[in-house]
Amino acid sequence: MALSTEEASRFAGLLQENEDALIGAWTDRVAETLRGRLSRVELQRQTADLYKAFQQALAGGAAGINRDEAAELRAQLSELSDGRARQGFSANETAVSIFAVKDAVLKVIGDDTAALLSFIKLSSFVDEAALFTFENYTRTREGLIADQAEQLLELSTPVVKLWEGVVAVPLVGTLDSARAQVVMERLLQTLVDTGSPYAIIDITGVPAVDTQVAQHILKTVVAARLMGADCIISGIRPQIAQTIVALGIEFGDIATKATLADALRYVLNKNGARKPRER
Amino acid sequence: MSEPGQRLEVASDQDVVRVRQLVRTVAVAVKLSLVDQTKLVTAASELARNTLVYGGGGWAEVETVDNGRRKGIRIVFADEGPGIADLDLALTDGYTTGGGLGLGLSGARRLVDEFDIVTEAGQGTTITITKWCR
Repeated sequence: MALSTEEASRFAGLLQENEDALIGAWTDRVAETLRGRLSRVELQRQTADLYKAFQQALAGGAAGINRDEAAELRAQLSELSDGRARQGFSANETAVSIFAVKDAVLKVIGDDTAALLSFIKLSSFVDEAALFTFENYTRTREGLIADQAEQLLELSTPVVKLWEGVVAVPLVGTLDSARAQVVMERLLQTLVDTGSPYAIIDITGVPAVDTQVAQHILKTVVAARLMGADCIISGIRPQIAQTIVALGIEFGDIATKATLADALRYVLNKNGARKPRER
Repeated sequence: MSEPGQRLEVASDQDVVRVRQLVRTVAVAVKLSLVDQTKLVTAASELARNTLVYGGGGWAEVETVDNGRRKGIRIVFADEGPGIADLDLALTDGYTTGGGLGLGLSGARRLVDEFDIVTEAGQGTTITITKWCR
């Protein structure tokens, strides 16, 4: 049930006539749901912009949100939903900002049948606008989540210098392929940069060591060895040790220790690491 | 008095993590010892990944069971993938078709108390594992 051109322009006229009252009513309605998390002035400005865009789209005779006449409206809606998504408003609170225009218009439309009928059509136009906003909101949120996941990947894989000639990688959380790759790259680069002959991979923060995790660790160790560095795996707790045995994973001749302190002591006891390496 | 099971889709790496977290939560709830928790979580991780990698995705269902004397956890992994043609070979340590260590399936069997596998080439695979409280 699309709005006909006459109906659209009639609504545009109606919106123009009652501009101040409607913007006020609309803002009130939105302010109610947002409970003071946006200032009244800012909200008023947003609503007024949106109101104008709605009015323009209707004046242009837009029958649906995807028409050319509604381009400005779409831009406004995108801006609004981007802002709401970034400021952490819920999807509900964002959608209400659009739906509230219906309540406002209903108050001034009168109650004869013809007016109500065309209101239903306006209503479906507003629904479309709200759906558009919703979709945009979700897309922005998804973008945020993807960004955060990437940041987390960066954050969660530090390589720290523990002693002269000893670097350590404290692994925390789930070691999937992507993270394992980052860990390996960081570790190998740090080995080169610091000229360290020893690396300690600490898995205290890894809740479960399954074959995939073990394989990733083994590959990292082999790669480090190829570069001439010795790797020690630390943080093997009793339950992890028993699980590894039951799984049948073999760490071969790789030194493993229960704690990071043990691993450091082991490295320091080996000659050469105590003093800075002479080059 | 077993509670209704919780079913999770296994369609991505994130789902494997989710299965693992659910299994850990349930394992803690039925008071499995720390070692058994870790073993069960690891087994679940292996099998969920197998479901994903070899079965092309499927689901996992976690439920608590009670045989009158002891409580336990039962997990079912099911997929509608290609199935396993030679089960004995697949259960051999070190055998892999996917570039892994070849210990997932055989290792998972050693980590749990009961291990049941129903599979046939072209018919998908259903694995049921149970771990009892000591």
